[in-house]
Amino acid sequence: MNKMQRFIKEFGWPRLIIAAFLLSLVVIAPFAGVNIGTSLTDTIMRFSMNGVMVLAMVPMIHSGCGLNFGLPLGIIAGLLGGTLAMQFGFTGKLSFLMAIVLCTPFALLFGWAYGKLLNRVKGGEMMIATYVGFASVSFMCMMWLLLPYSNPQMVWGYGGSGLRTTISTEGYYYHVLSDFLNIKIGHLSIPTGSLLFFALLAFLMWAFLHTKKGTAMTAVGSNPIYARASGIKIDSIRTLSVIMSTWLGAVGILVYEQAFGFIQLYNGPFYMALPAVSAILIGGASVNKASITNVIVGTFLFQGIVTMTPSVMNSIIHTDMSEVIRIIVSNGMILYALTRKTEETR
Amino acid sequence: MIKKTLSQDKSIKEFVLNNLVPIMFIVICAICIPVSGYSAPALVQEMLTRIARNSFLVISLLVPIMAGMGMNFGMTLGAMAGQIGLIFITEWGVVGIPALVLAAIVSTPISILLGWMCGKILNNAKGREMVTSYIISFFMNGVYQFIVLYCMGSVIPIKNSAILLPRGYGIRNSVNLINIRRVLDNLIPLRIGTVNVPVATYLVIALLCFFIIWFRKTKIGQDMRAVSQDMEVARRSGIKVEHTRLLSVIISTVLAGYGMIIYLSNMGSMNTYNAHSQIGTFSIAALLVGGASVAKASIGNVFLGVILFHMLFYVSPQAGKNLFGQAQLGEYFRVFVSYGVITIALVLYEMKKRRAAKLGGLTLAKAQEEK
Repeated sequence: MNKMQRFIKEFGWPRLIIAAFLLSLVVIAPFAGVNIGTSLTDTIMRFSMNGVMVLAMVPMIHSGCGLNFGLPLGIIAGLLGGTLAMQFGFTGKLSFLMAIVLCTPFALLFGWAYGKLLNRVKGGEMMIATYVGFASVSFMCMMWLLLPYSNPQMVWGYGGSGLRTTISTEGYYYHVLSDFLNIKIGHLSIPTGSLLFFALLAFLMWAFLHTKKGTAMTAVGSNPIYARASGIKIDSIRTLSVIMSTWLGAVGILVYEQAFGFIQLYNGPFYMALPAVSAILIGGASVNKASITNVIVGTFLFQGIVTMTPSVMNSIIHTDMSEVIRIIVSNGMILYALTRKTEETR
Repeated sequence: MIKKTLSQDKSIKEFVLNNLVPIMFIVICAICIPVSGYSAPALVQEMLTRIARNSFLVISLLVPIMAGMGMNFGMTLGAMAGQIGLIFITEWGVVGIPALVLAAIVSTPISILLGWMCGKILNNAKGREMVTSYIISFFMNGVYQFIVLYCMGSVIPIKNSAILLPRGYGIRNSVNLINIRRVLDNLIPLRIGTVNVPVATYLVIALLCFFIIWFRKTKIGQDMRAVSQDMEVARRSGIKVEHTRLLSVIISTVLAGYGMIIYLSNMGSMNTYNAHSQIGTFSIAALLVGGASVAKASIGNVFLGVILFHMLFYVSPQAGKNLFGQAQLGEYFRVFVSYGVITIALVLYEMKKRRAAKLGGLTLAKAQEEK
């Protein structure tokens, strides 16, 4: 019994409730006439779409910068890369590669500046990160209108200037990863390419965390005084982690877009950080601790809930309460993580 | 002589640095107002209306700042309570000033409950109150949607078909508040030239200002300031720290609820699912624009902030249209400015806090050396 209690305490009540909730959804699903195969396909699909953005949380959590609520900044870099690749007339698979290449300088630059900023506000990173994200998204709202894009598929038809709110990636990098080595078994369809791409990045992240620099990063996050004593340059390590996080955010949105089929500009990236943040927390991460396993488990659980709730709920009570449940689950999880850390340090 | 100018230079620099945000805003407004081409009476009228509409909400933020808890993003909870109050008076068909009072009475217990909950959670997240209260506002938004969209009409008895969705339960996206539209503003009519002055609303706001000034001098107000200085010292001198912090959040939430009722009665209609989520950001931005910081805010900051912030909000779409031919650009610009201002204010505050801590450490080291 004691063991059980300790397990629950370590696992955390909210996580237990969420896992039980998902399990009950899966159990109910066949009785409600929901096809498990399609649900599973959707879940895997969404997992492959969002995985990289959740992975982007890892470096900043490791270096003690907290949860990266400023993910929209990375997303902006990705959007710039994606739209520029289309503007320069790259098509097909090449456009995806070029999008990643083109987004990289922006991600490095933004991440560097953002990291420098966060170094000056240690202790208050999360709140400021949130507003850096918001400010950059709203600044780019103006820029999308003003920048001299001219590809007719991207700009508004009537004015001839200013980008559209949503741009189709059809003919460019639409499904380049999802359709690569796609496996179909009955209802089940597995986007192997996207999963492999995620696995590659996750492996690189894991490998990095085991290099000397990576270990230094973990040390900075878990014990900054010890890290300084052992001669680690805390500020530069933190900046590096923010740059990595921003770049992963940029690549993450590109992966998302190729599967989703559309680029969402203007207010699109505003609240994209919250699902990623809560996903990694559901996976067992805390404000200052995260692993690749947390990313995989968390993304799967979170996306599982997001896909299962609407279909199951709809067929049981004929109303779509999924939005409400999603808001409560994701923010409840963040809230739990934020209140927990102080208890540990107290 | 040289020394004197040097110190003068330093003081000017300090003044600019301390008031960077308001100065920036005055400059932007000075550029945008002539470009927009609005006439002076139109501007004055708009400002008078907007001050009456928003000040109460912004003042509700002052109490938690007093207690050292930063910007209370949880004021959104109060706004939700106020909206629930308004839904009920619309359902009951009450009209005029009694309706406003009744809405306030209905909102109070809900605000107290929500504020208590918010305060309890924030006591578990000391040092990161702002980001936590920000997430609380998101979380409670989900609960609010659940209650208003699914429970009202099915579990909670609401029968008025004008506010109910056609499916029989849930409140409509937009509720018409014709029963209380501008009742407070028009209670004591005053017209100067072409400008209408909402006297009664200003009286209520003045009353609240006096309450805040009085409250600062009470025992609880003093306790709050002690807690904001240093929690441990306050605790040792016998102040119930957690209790004081809880109280400050509850007061703020209740006031925000009343503020929301005044705000919506001026607007005349309620955007059921969005009104509250915007109000937190805008109120906080307005307060920061007025020169307040996360640790210090006065009533003067409130009014300066509301005037500057809403001036820009009013003129920027028109200015954008006249400058670039796109009103949309002006709208994006004002959103950018409100987020940008909060970012700058937060960064300046954190930097100042770190500098103060460093300075404190240095003086301590010096004092020890002298011994």
